[in-house]
Amino acid sequence: MSLLDIKEMRVEFPSRRGHVVAVESLTLNVEPGEILGVVGESGAGKSTIGNAVIGLLEPPGQMTAGEVYLDGTRIDNLDDAAKRRIRGARIGMIFQDPLTSLDPLQTIERQLVDTIQMHLDLDQAQARARAVELLDAVGIPDPNIRIEQYPHQFSGGMRQRVVIALALCADPEMIIADEPTTALDVSVQAQILDLMKGLCRDRNVGMILITHDMGVIAETADRVAVMYRGRVVETGKTEQIMGTPVHDYTKSLISAVPRPEKRLHRFPLVTYIEDATELGDTLDLATHWLGQTRDYEGEDGDLLQADNLHMRFVTRHSFFAKHRLYLDAVDDVSFSIKTGEVFGLVGESGSGKSTVARMITGIYTPTGGTIRFAGADLTALKSRKEAAPWRRQMQMIFQDPFSSLNGRMRVRDIIAEPIHFHKMASSKDEAEQIVHDLLDVVGLGAQAAQKFPHEFSGGQRQRISIARALATRPRFLICDEPTSALDVSIQAQVLNLLKDLQQELGLTMLFISHDLPVIRQICDRVGVMRHGKLLEVAETENLFEDPQHDYTKHLLDLMPKFVGFQELTA
Amino acid sequence: MITFIIQRILQSVLVMLTVALIAFGLFRYVGDPINNMVGQDTSTEERAELRERLGLNDAFLVQFGRFAINAAQGEFGFSYQHRRPVSDLIVERLPATLELSLVSAILALFIGIPMGVYTAIRRNGAVSHAFMTLSLIGISLPTFLIGILLILFFGVILRWLPTFGRGDVVEIGGWTTGFLTASGLKSLIMPAITLALFQMTLIMRLVRAEMLEVLRTDFVKFGRARGLPDRYVHFVTALKNTLVPVITITGLQLGSIIAFAIITESVFQWPGMGLLFIQAIGEVDIPVMAAYLVLIAFFFVVINLVVDVLYYVVDPRLRVDRADSGGH
Repeated sequence: MSLLDIKEMRVEFPSRRGHVVAVESLTLNVEPGEILGVVGESGAGKSTIGNAVIGLLEPPGQMTAGEVYLDGTRIDNLDDAAKRRIRGARIGMIFQDPLTSLDPLQTIERQLVDTIQMHLDLDQAQARARAVELLDAVGIPDPNIRIEQYPHQFSGGMRQRVVIALALCADPEMIIADEPTTALDVSVQAQILDLMKGLCRDRNVGMILITHDMGVIAETADRVAVMYRGRVVETGKTEQIMGTPVHDYTKSLISAVPRPEKRLHRFPLVTYIEDATELGDTLDLATHWLGQTRDYEGEDGDLLQADNLHMRFVTRHSFFAKHRLYLDAVDDVSFSIKTGEVFGLVGESGSGKSTVARMITGIYTPTGGTIRFAGADLTALKSRKEAAPWRRQMQMIFQDPFSSLNGRMRVRDIIAEPIHFHKMASSKDEAEQIVHDLLDVVGLGAQAAQKFPHEFSGGQRQRISIARALATRPRFLICDEPTSALDVSIQAQVLNLLKDLQQELGLTMLFISHDLPVIRQICDRVGVMRHGKLLEVAETENLFEDPQHDYTKHLLDLMPKFVGFQELTA
Repeated sequence: MITFIIQRILQSVLVMLTVALIAFGLFRYVGDPINNMVGQDTSTEERAELRERLGLNDAFLVQFGRFAINAAQGEFGFSYQHRRPVSDLIVERLPATLELSLVSAILALFIGIPMGVYTAIRRNGAVSHAFMTLSLIGISLPTFLIGILLILFFGVILRWLPTFGRGDVVEIGGWTTGFLTASGLKSLIMPAITLALFQMTLIMRLVRAEMLEVLRTDFVKFGRARGLPDRYVHFVTALKNTLVPVITITGLQLGSIIAFAIITESVFQWPGMGLLFIQAIGEVDIPVMAAYLVLIAFFFVVINLVVDVLYYVVDPRLRVDRADSGGH
């Protein structure tokens, strides 16, 4: 008998329109000291498994069939009090977002000590000693001092360590980690994964690692279960799943992951996944409205040139100048983007890459330096009116497709808004026609115009964002992490779309991402940013093959190595 | 934090000066103060002399400055109606209003918060539904109607409680209190409930909404996932996190309890400031009205200051400078 045995589990969510089956005939087992990766895309039912095992399904969800055994004892039919005694004591949970997993109003000590005393018969001093020990074990420096602090005084990675310490309070035999590193930077992710691997090994703890990230699975898990629509479609050793997947879905999923080690012409099309529409071939973009009036002067050379850009934010206001504190979000950054080029900016959170994009589009006014666009000095423009023709030529696509579209407007109006604003259509009918064509171009079809954003999935919304950005016939597109909120299969589609549009319309692009494999697939040249400084700019292939700066080498080292399964993509 | 408090105090002073300006305008320009003070048979010369003596011919700023300085010392001149210093009247009436407001606020908080928590935790229970329905009545019925109904039922039909006044009061160092006598306490019950009912339902609904919000957060889920019992999750984790908005609203409501005690005081003939104010309006007793205005504004400002400081006590994220947070 394994440490954890799940047999034929079925979880249903009753709703007005019949029961939604989130998990169906699921059978899994985990051995002590083993890490079982559960991988799948959003909505596949991965997180539901974890919640069902510890008996914390969100109502009205319920487990309607199957059995769960922990170390040979059945636990799914226990009463609430008995289930509670298992939670934390025998099965620990780690959640995705360390920024929201801790109670912001209590000290780390209070949270640790209360949890410890809940499960173990220790007095205040002993519990505190154990808490310090745990913090030390998860790699928090000066645990004796830091224990008295509040969560907001810790960085994201440190908070996730605290979360792990909390999960370990009562020495559980089993840990369920639900996307534990998704919200973290790649360097922090590597540390946390190392920590969790070490804990499983040293304490002989079994772990279910739920994630959508193939790289994390490849680095960490011993065995993998691939989920699709509530069912496990394939289980096996990690090397076997990665190298010789059997099920079509697994093959599609793996082929959609951006390759860090080589550049492909385009992403393999994921046929298994629905709504995998490719760029419509119905329009000849070169002769269409979208492709017209692209005869800008000075087509060759640099389209955008940023010199000594500087952005300083005041982080502490004070009447006295010497008490003020500043953050130099962008510090002396210079680069240029050639016409028709895709320029990548890569860096961890807080490196200032998004700030650069915001300065170029005029959301922030730089505190120093100049931005020249097609020969004009944007930083010297006085009024919004003066800036409007330049702003029209550059458009932005944002990270979060859920918050970047106005939910109360129809898609038609969302896309038509910039057309009307810049007076680019002579009549309402013409604008309407342009909107329909744009929706065709991004692969949604004209019938999408009548709908509201909430009727679309994340990937489809990002297509709407792209259509909106194209509506002003821009020559320069800024994409700020355009796919980091999307599943890999959807990411592949959106990146293909961007790539096709870029080539057909001759767009120049600034592509911002923290994801090195994506950068490698899409960018011609890359700049690496850290702490507001631009460390290195190089041709993409040179950067990946022969990085010059130590930090770039470090970042490339940390990139999850995802090798194997060569046949399909070769 | 000290900078913040100083900032807030400066803002408060500004607010008080603005209110003082309005009160002064009321005093100086609504009707002629001289006409209000003297009788019909006063001659024009006497009026002119009085005008000069009272400084009513001075420049606007000088007059306003004099008014503000006097007001800061609690001097609002003489009541036209009572022929006594306004400050004396206020000192006489203030304890009645403050005692009533305090008891109402305590009732509202100590019944409203637990009811809010309860209805949030047992969202679909029968008792919760009953509370929610009752609270709807509490919000929709006007205060005076509730007061009159209470009087009718407990005062006239059952004859359990006195229908008006404060009952017997005890004077302790210039402060009259009804807390120490049986009749004083009995008189307090109905007005306090009347005044508290609206606030109670408001606080209950607010706490419920906030609780439901907090119960959905990750840290509550994580607390459950580490086996913390429901009692702990609800009352230690969740309740504390609902407090910031509750403190804000409670602070504002406490101010309005004092300010809007007027209606309750009228219904129960409670000898507080509200009643004084209503009578002053009837008699165009402008110094009393001006004083009331300034005093209520002062209460609001002080309460808001306390609320701002309480934020710091509840939420540690505000205590450190932003520059220090997120460090390693």
